[in-house]
Amino acid sequence: MAHSIPTADRLPEERVLTDEMRAEIRAFFPRYPTRQAVTLPALHVVNEHLRWVPLKAVEEIAEMLELAPADVQDTLSFYGLFKQDKPAGLTRAWVCRSISCALRGGEEVLEHLCHKAGIRPGETTADGSLTLEFGECLGACEFAPCMLANKTLHKDLTPEKADAFLKECGVRNTTTNGKP
Amino acid sequence: MSKFEPVLLANVGKPNSHTLQAYQAAGGYAGLRKVLKDMTPAATIEMVKQSNLRGRGGAGFPTGLKWTFLPKDHPGPIYMCINADESEPSTFNNRILMEDDPHQVIEGTIISCYATRASTAYIYLRFEYPLCYERLQKAIDECYAANLLGPKILGSEFALDIYLHRGAAAYICGEETGLIESLEGKRAWPRIKPPFPAVEGLFRKPTVVNNVETMACVTQIATRGVEWFKSIGVPSDPKNPRDPGSYGPKLYCISGHINKPGCYEAPLGITCRQLIDEYGGGVWKGRKAKAAVPGGISMGLLSAAELDTPLDFAGPGKVGCLGLGTAAVTVIDETVSMVDFLHNTCRFFQHESCGQCTPCREGTNWALRMMERIKAGRGRLRDLDLLLEIGDSIGIIPGSTICGLADGAAWPMKNAIRKFRGEFEEYIRRTNPSGYMTTEAVEALPLETAH
Repeated sequence: MAHSIPTADRLPEERVLTDEMRAEIRAFFPRYPTRQAVTLPALHVVNEHLRWVPLKAVEEIAEMLELAPADVQDTLSFYGLFKQDKPAGLTRAWVCRSISCALRGGEEVLEHLCHKAGIRPGETTADGSLTLEFGECLGACEFAPCMLANKTLHKDLTPEKADAFLKECGVRNTTTNGKP
Repeated sequence: MSKFEPVLLANVGKPNSHTLQAYQAAGGYAGLRKVLKDMTPAATIEMVKQSNLRGRGGAGFPTGLKWTFLPKDHPGPIYMCINADESEPSTFNNRILMEDDPHQVIEGTIISCYATRASTAYIYLRFEYPLCYERLQKAIDECYAANLLGPKILGSEFALDIYLHRGAAAYICGEETGLIESLEGKRAWPRIKPPFPAVEGLFRKPTVVNNVETMACVTQIATRGVEWFKSIGVPSDPKNPRDPGSYGPKLYCISGHINKPGCYEAPLGITCRQLIDEYGGGVWKGRKAKAAVPGGISMGLLSAAELDTPLDFAGPGKVGCLGLGTAAVTVIDETVSMVDFLHNTCRFFQHESCGQCTPCREGTNWALRMMERIKAGRGRLRDLDLLLEIGDSIGIIPGSTICGLADGAAWPMKNAIRKFRGEFEEYIRRTNPSGYMTTEAVEALPLETAH
């Protein structure tokens, strides 16, 4: 799918939602008595395929759900998951910074990862391989500090494990002598 | 302490415990069979009422009583929402149940829907739990194939559909009416009550919202009986007619500075110290505990001298905390600065306030800015009184906000400053001896913006 992902500087004129996505969204209709309730499932479908939800997709979802685009946009903008400026990296990682992880070094791990990848929380590396974010309690406190990268939970993180993770993601070390 | 056999966690850790085959081999769905064969919905509600089961999501409201608030003889549909949006920092007991024993949760859900005559149940699951999503969906599919869901369940006249619905990273979705709004496809802005969800909830129909662990308890009550459930925990106080007691087993999570972090099952009423020493293997690195969060950070803070507090529904309230909450204990060792602790909790609540009510939106923001300033060495002693004032005025106790998030933000603030005031004062005196702060210095401070 990677080649077909629209980017911010090349906003698509043609429709964004593929037949496959539309079928997936339609499959949710019988589950709810209103079309509006399919908003989050539909946003998830688009997000999983494209790694972001461009405005054009919002319009198309709204059309499918018989809503105003503003209704869908209003909902979308409330939730931390959906990106609209550009697609998230191939790996999207949330590093937990809530209390149990923070007590065991979660914030330091996030700082270490950001430093090594040369980005700040919320940003994506230039090569598009990784988006780093902070997470508010990932609910895996027994493995603190932890990180959710796509669907994989990384447990008991250390700087060494964080380095191995960056290598796995294909992030090149953007720092020289410890300085960006 | 007498020997206590885990029941809610009995299957956890066993091979393939998440599959229908393993669950049924361990006696699963016997409770549902019994209920469908021998009991009417009214009798099922009465059973749960008699057990004195209190909701495990945080508020501790009696579950059976909640079900009786549904209007009688309503033509339907009636909805059941299972709150699986566990996002209170340090809480993960629901995740353990959903990952390792999803059928125990589903069995409780089916029994609860039968009791309340609900025809559709939605499990509202936070997106941060991908393994739960996979296993719950598989378990639901297995149930449809085995006639445990769908029309005429196990040959009875009862029909039920269960759907999984994923959230998208917002703490407030765990609030009862925020969850309902989110399920309807909107921002998760809590609703003003009344009308209560039992009367007008999801899609404006009568709705019950129950927690995941509560559903597991329903399964066990149906399987093992009311007397078994009431034989565990702390009985009601005969001198206090408003105390309904704290019955049954409870899942306690323990994390932070502890040797064996994890989720453990114990009778309600276990003390925080027992949990730390007997289950958690003591404080890590041979250090001492300075404080502990009794049940998710919104409940406040226990000082080291209060660790013998029983963790039942009444216990933490007696030492100035909000309540038992999710019974998720975070241990804080003696090396931690309470300034850092409070900064962390203030940041969390500022980030997660939905912004609907001004006292919460502005109060959490103000508190965070002050904590950032104090942490950066520009605090003033009078800031502590100001923080206490914010804490005392943003919550729902005076009825100033729609939901309890502001209260959740206030309690760690009030507890940390009242119980550790000397430490805050010492920090401020040490880092900002002049007690002076220019306006420019305040404006130059960074304020985190929500992503």
